Parts: sequence; C-alpha cells; structure tokens
Amino acid sequence: MPLTSRVRGGALLGVAPFLAFTTIFLAVPTLVVVVGAFVDTGGRPTLANVAGLRQGYILDALLSTLELSLTTAVIGAVVGALLAYAVVTAAPDGMLRRSVSAVCGVLAQFGGVTLAFAFLATVGSQGFVTLYLFDHTGLAVPGDLLYGLRGLGLVYVYFQIPLMVIVFLPALDGVRVQWREATESLGGSTWQYWRHVAGPLLMPASLGSTLLLFANAFAAYATAAALVSQGSPILPLVVRATFTSEVVLGQANLGKAIALAMVVVVAVVMTGYAWLQRRTSRWVG
Amino acid sequence: MAGLQRARVRRQATFRWVVVAVVGTFFALPLLGMLEFTTRAPGGGRTAAVWRTVADLGGLRTTYPELWAGLKASGALVVLTVLIMLVLLVPTMTWVRLRVPGLRRTIEFICLLPLTIPAIVLVVGLAPVYAWVTYLLGGSSAWLCFAYVVLVLPYCYRALDAGLSAIDVRTLGEAARSLGAGWGTVMVRVILPNVRTAVLSASFLAVALVLGEFTIASLLHRDNLQVGINQLGQRDAQVAVAVSFAALALAFVLLLVLSFAGGRRTRTLTPLATPPTQEPA
Amino acid sequence: MTPQRQGVAVRLEGLSRHYGAVRALDGLDLELAPGEMVALLGPSGCGKTTALRLLAGLEDADAGRDVVDGRDLTDVPVSKRDMGMVFQAYSLFPHMTARQNVAFGLRLRGRSSAEQRSRAGEMLELVGLSSQADRYAHQMSGGQQQRVALARALAIEPQVLLLDEPLSALDAKVRVQLRDEIRRIQLDVGATTLLVTHDQEEALAVADRVGVMRGGRLEQIAAPGEIYTSPATAFVAEFVGLTNRMDGVAADGVAQVMRARIPLLPGSVASGPVSVLVRPESVEVHTQRDGEAEVVAASFLGSLGRVRVRTADGAVLLAQVPTGGAGVLQVGDRVSLALRPVPALAVSRD
Repeated sequence: MPLTSRVRGGALLGVAPFLAFTTIFLAVPTLVVVVGAFVDTGGRPTLANVAGLRQGYILDALLSTLELSLTTAVIGAVVGALLAYAVVTAAPDGMLRRSVSAVCGVLAQFGGVTLAFAFLATVGSQGFVTLYLFDHTGLAVPGDLLYGLRGLGLVYVYFQIPLMVIVFLPALDGVRVQWREATESLGGSTWQYWRHVAGPLLMPASLGSTLLLFANAFAAYATAAALVSQGSPILPLVVRATFTSEVVLGQANLGKAIALAMVVVVAVVMTGYAWLQRRTSRWVG
Repeated sequence: MAGLQRARVRRQATFRWVVVAVVGTFFALPLLGMLEFTTRAPGGGRTAAVWRTVADLGGLRTTYPELWAGLKASGALVVLTVLIMLVLLVPTMTWVRLRVPGLRRTIEFICLLPLTIPAIVLVVGLAPVYAWVTYLLGGSSAWLCFAYVVLVLPYCYRALDAGLSAIDVRTLGEAARSLGAGWGTVMVRVILPNVRTAVLSASFLAVALVLGEFTIASLLHRDNLQVGINQLGQRDAQVAVAVSFAALALAFVLLLVLSFAGGRRTRTLTPLATPPTQEPA
Repeated sequence: MTPQRQGVAVRLEGLSRHYGAVRALDGLDLELAPGEMVALLGPSGCGKTTALRLLAGLEDADAGRDVVDGRDLTDVPVSKRDMGMVFQAYSLFPHMTARQNVAFGLRLRGRSSAEQRSRAGEMLELVGLSSQADRYAHQMSGGQQQRVALARALAIEPQVLLLDEPLSALDAKVRVQLRDEIRRIQLDVGATTLLVTHDQEEALAVADRVGVMRGGRLEQIAAPGEIYTSPATAFVAEFVGLTNRMDGVAADGVAQVMRARIPLLPGSVASGPVSVLVRPESVEVHTQRDGEAEVVAASFLGSLGRVRVRTADGAVLLAQVPTGGAGVLQVGDRVSLALRPVPALAVSRD
C-alpha cells in the first residue's frame, strides 16, 4: 500500500510543472475575472458590477456584438459551405482542393492590424476599390464604412468564410458517394437527396459550425481595435475602454463583469458546438 | 449518348469554378489592395521605393525604431513560446499516457479551456499576474511568452494529441524500458522521433499565432511585431502596410509548407482540421 | 409475402467505356434471362464494376446500349431505371433506422406510411432482421448492414437487382452464410440479378452463369461447372481454381503429358509442343520408395490435402489428395505421379 501510493505520488509529480504553469497563467487570470466580477474595489462581495451590466451603453454594445456575430456567422457559414462543397466535388488530391484548404488555413487565422490595413487599402477612403468605383461608376463607398458595424461585418466575413471551410470540410468528406447513388437507384431526385439524406445528415455539422463562427466573431478583438479607435460599439471594445481607463472608480470590476459575461456566452455557444460535433461524428465520422 | 453523368460532372465543374472565382476574388482584393497601396508613388504612378526601404533591414532599424523593437521582441517571443510550449506539453502528455491515464481528460480540458476565454478577457485577468511578473523578472516584452503559451495551448495540444494518438506510446515506452532505457531516454530517443511531424505542426502553429498576436501585447503595453506595425501605421502608412504584408506572406508560407508537408503522410495531423475559436491576431 | 414478380430480360449491347487512355469496358455483350443470376468475375480493373455501374446508370457509356425488358434504358436517368442496388459497404443512411432505410424507396414514391411500414416489415423478415428494425447502421454488424441494404433494394420491387461486391467487406464465415442467403432470397423473389465479385468461390457457388472478365471483355460466360471443367482460355483456367502448367505434345485432339494421354478441350492448340493446364485433382500421387518425385510441401485442408511435389526434371506440381486413410504424405517423401485422363486445355508454350 505505501509502495503504490509512493508510485502514484511520483507519477503525479510528472504533471506538476504543467499544472503549476496553467494555474498561474490560466487559472489565476480566470479567477481574477470571475472573482473580480463579484467584488467591489475594496474587495468586498457585491452584485453591483453584475447589476451594472444593465446600463444602456453596455446593453447596446451587447446587442450590436450579438448582431454582428450572428450576421457574420450566417454569411460566413453559407458562403463557406458553398465553397467547401465546391471543393469536395473536385478531385480529393487535386490542386484545387489542396490550395483552397491551405489558403483557408491561413486566412482563418488572419486578423488584427494586418487585416485592418488590408481593408483600409481596399475600401478605405483612399482604397483602390473605392477610387476605382468612384472613377468608373460614380458609386461612392461611404468614407466611414470601416469604422462602423457594417464595415466590421465585411471585414469579419473575411476570416469567417475560411474558418467555415476548415470546419465544414471534414463533415462533407464524411458524406459517402454511396448514399447519393443509393438514393438515386431507389428513385430519388437530386432535390429529394438533399431534402431527405444530405440535408438532415449535414444539419448538425452546419449548425455546429455556425455556432463556432459565432463564438469566433463574438470573441474577436484585434481587428475591431485596429479599425475603431473612437467609441466602443461592441463588447470587446467596451472591455478595452474599462481596462485602459481605470481612473473611473469601480470601472475595473465592471470590466471584469463584462468579461465574465463574454466568457459565459462563448462557453454556452462552444458547449452547443461540441454537442453537435459529437452527433455529427456518429453519422459522418 | 445522352451522357447524363457527364452533364452532371460539367454542371458541378461550372458551379465549382463560379464559386471559387467569386470567393477567390473576395479573398484576393484586400491583398491586392495592400500591394497596390505600397507601390503608390507620391505624384501618381508606381514605385518600388517602399519595398526597397523594407528590404533594407539596417536602414529600417534606425529609421523605424518602433518597428525594430517589435521585430526583436516577436523574434524572442516566437523562440520562447515554442520552447516553453514543447517542454511543457510533450513530456506532460506522454507522461499522462504512460503513467496516469486517468488524468487525460483533465489535461485535455485545461488545454482546451482557453478556447472559451476571449483574448480580451484573458488580458483583464492577466494584468495583475503580469504586475508580479514585472516585479520578479522585469518588464521585458519577452515575458509575454507565458501568456502566449496559454494562447497557443489548444491548437498545439490538438496537434500533439493527434500525433501521440497515432503511435502506441505505452507499448513503445514499455519496450524501451524493458531494454533498459530511463524515462529521459524514452522521451528523447523513442517518443520524440515518432511524433516529429506533430511537434513540427504544433511549432508552426505557435509561430503563426505569435507573429499575429496584437491584443495582449498592446493592452499590456509591451512591444511585438503587430504593435510596432500599428504604431508605424500612424507615422508611415505605406511602410507599415508593406511590413504587415511581408509578415502575412511569411505566415502564409509557413502554414502552406505545413499543410502540404503534413497533408501527405498524416492527414489527421493537420491541426487546422480543428478550428480556432478566438481570432488569434 | 413478397408479390412474386417474374424478372425481366436484360441485354447489354456493345457497351464501351474508357477513362483517359484506359479501356475499362471494351464492347461488352451480355444477356440475362428473366430471373437469372449472372455473376461477373475477374481481377480488379477487369471492367466488371464498370459494367454494373453502366447498367445502373451511374456512369455513361461511350458506346453501346442497355435494354431491359425490351426497353432501351441508355438515356434514362438512374432514378427512373427501377433497379435495386446493393453496394460494397457503408451504403445505409446513418440517420435512419433499418426500417426507415428499407422504407425509403417507397417514401420517395409517395406511398402511404402504412404501406411503407408493412412492406419494410416484410422485407426485414425476408432477410431475417425483424428484431433489428429500430437499430441504426452504427449499431449493427457489417453482415446485418448488408442484409438491410438488400432488403432496401428489394423493397421497391425492382426489375433488376444489382449486387456490387456486396460481401467483400465481410468476414469469411459471414460471407459464406450471407451469400447462400442472398441466393435463396433471389430465387424467392425471382429478380434478374447481376452480381459483381472478385471472389471465384462466391461466383461459382451462387450464380446460374458466371462471366469471367479480363481487360474490359468477357473471356467466357457459362454455367459454373462448365467454367471450371471446360475453361475457354488459359486466363479462365488459371483465374478460376488452381492449375498446373505441364509440358506436353498435342496431336489429334489429345495431348501426351508425362505417360498419360489427356483429351483436349475445344479451343486448345491442336498440334505441336503445348502447355496443358491440369487441375490438381487430376494429379494422382502415390507413395513409392523409389518414386520419380519428392514432396516439398504439404498442407492439410480438412477432408482434402494439397501437396506440392518436385519432379525429376525440376518442375513443381500441385496435387490434391484425400486425407483419410493411411499414408499421410510428409515433406521429403518419394512419390510416383499419374494423371487422370480428364479433358484439359492446351495452350502454346511461352
């Protein structure tokens, strides 16, 4: 008995460095946010921070963020699914397939300052598309397009589409050609195939992927920060404002309450995603 | 011959190329925009002057010190992050498989946890931790590597997990032990060579993520490449855009190499198959 | 139970199909009588699967036509061909139960749900899976899945049943069991059936006629016994069953091989030095202290045994011997050889 417990202890020692590191740099920060959301500046427990979430500008930002996330998730999911489907109809080891997956792998990680610059150089007030459209068609791209929610949506779609391709391709790959052939040999039309077979089979995967895209947009900060320097139209920028202007008394812990709210939203969405992923893998794993 | 199947193949090909062309244009325009912007000459027309400036690293150093500082910091961060990530993850994950399989779910949960914590939230929680880091180790930007290890944890964990799942760690370990190898030898001479590809994938991913990171560095007032580019953007937009384009191209090449090299032998290893949740930049 | 519906006649006329430079099918002519089961047998790439897929309408022919029940189906889409198809594996819809899978064809035809249910029940009973009706594919074994696939294909009362290597993904034991059952059901239902397989035993065991294919063409099509005893070409002789190539001299429809005179099958090379294709069961082996040959390998196969012997001139022959009784052969034993005068095919030596 003592021997086995010594072995167990020794075995646990092997994971000690990992646990120590993640405690300091993951658990502690998480606790700082969670605990901070429920204490005042003096460290006394309070619900004032959470109650503070009901302020108009925070609710507005929350609604805008939800709208932005939902819109870009749906657009990204639809366009990304189309692109993914286009790719799976090509040869599995062909150039097109490899190139599109590689490009999407990169672009899904694309964001922040670089992406902001790229769009400024394209549809900013001096962007080449802006100039070209004005010179050739007289159409004027609004000068402040990229500083508002619509412009932000346009930019977000740029990384949402490739992300959709990456997460949706495996599910599409799991759809076997026999299912289509079986449907046809049983007398089914293309429409019936999509309606009764491919559609229901891919439903969990598409819903799950959309949720993932939603979380991705909801959590995005860098791109918005690089584009929007005035005001805080979305939640991550509200957090930035409370973080950088700690002069306002009590703001710091209000920021933690907002941050906690963001974590809750993302965690709920990700749980839904994980659940749908498991369902998908049972069918088209 | 009606060629019903051939007609379908043709329809699919048309659909394929229309979709690829439309989406491809959308993908290409902002990149073209960057190239176009960096080659604008002051009086109209084209010039390569901006790119000559960027290519002249020595000149860059004196003319744009903020950028140089960012480059240096990001270089150090890349190395430190990859090192710490590997030293932390590979032995732990191997050890758990060999000796404490009961802890596997826990370790996985911890590693994937950052997926549910937006970077901006992590910054809020990290601020007091970094007050201590500064107090103990000094205020160098290089210490951001700790936060970055947390940031890359989910992606690297998945890449390494795929690699370790492809081999029978337990049997390999027991075989080596029965031949008289110590734990260190098992790790370095037996396990590592068998998960080379996974280690490479994880490292490449970490490099790409670190090179693109902006949120934590800017809000904790440290230097890195993206922060440098952002500051430069207010002073010399053309050079800033050129440098960010170059950084993007580098990340592009890294991940292309990864996806093509990884694609052949170990399709399942491609960590990109498992998605990021946070916008990493 | 099943409404007995006589099968229809199927005729493939000069079907050709190539992929790039590869001729997958090279002018295939094939007729199936109503209710007949024909197996197409051949190595991979011989065109057997292409033939089946062309008949199903899953691929386009470059030339030729397929006629079913007197009707030219060449330009008819798959969904209107009324053919039941069973695939190699993984063809069940994973989000449907066994019953829903079987009923799916009727659902597509807009039949009432009561009819769907009763017909699916009948079909599942036919394949012996009534108790598994509410299971999903991932809850069933490979053999059970293929039974459901068969029931699904039969539920639409197809004119023609197409079986595309339906057993190749299964374990040997399940394979034998299920192939007999497929034959029983096929006879029961009376559907004209085309079976594609690379397993000769399977083809010989269940089909009315077996067509051996090679390079996109039919080498021979005949009843299983005839394919085995009277192969038309060296390829058929060697692909179906085991053979020895023995040197001999042909003349007047007979070949002199060793000390025996072997009658030659039609299609043989008529005269001169030939290779005669002799089945192992035509080679008799007797233990003899000063025999001309030596046993170099012996394997026990239950009621039969197979031995490999080396003759004085160095040739190695395969012989089939009964295992019962005395004189079990061992490696190193000296034996004498004799050939039974069973008709064989003679081909030119190469």
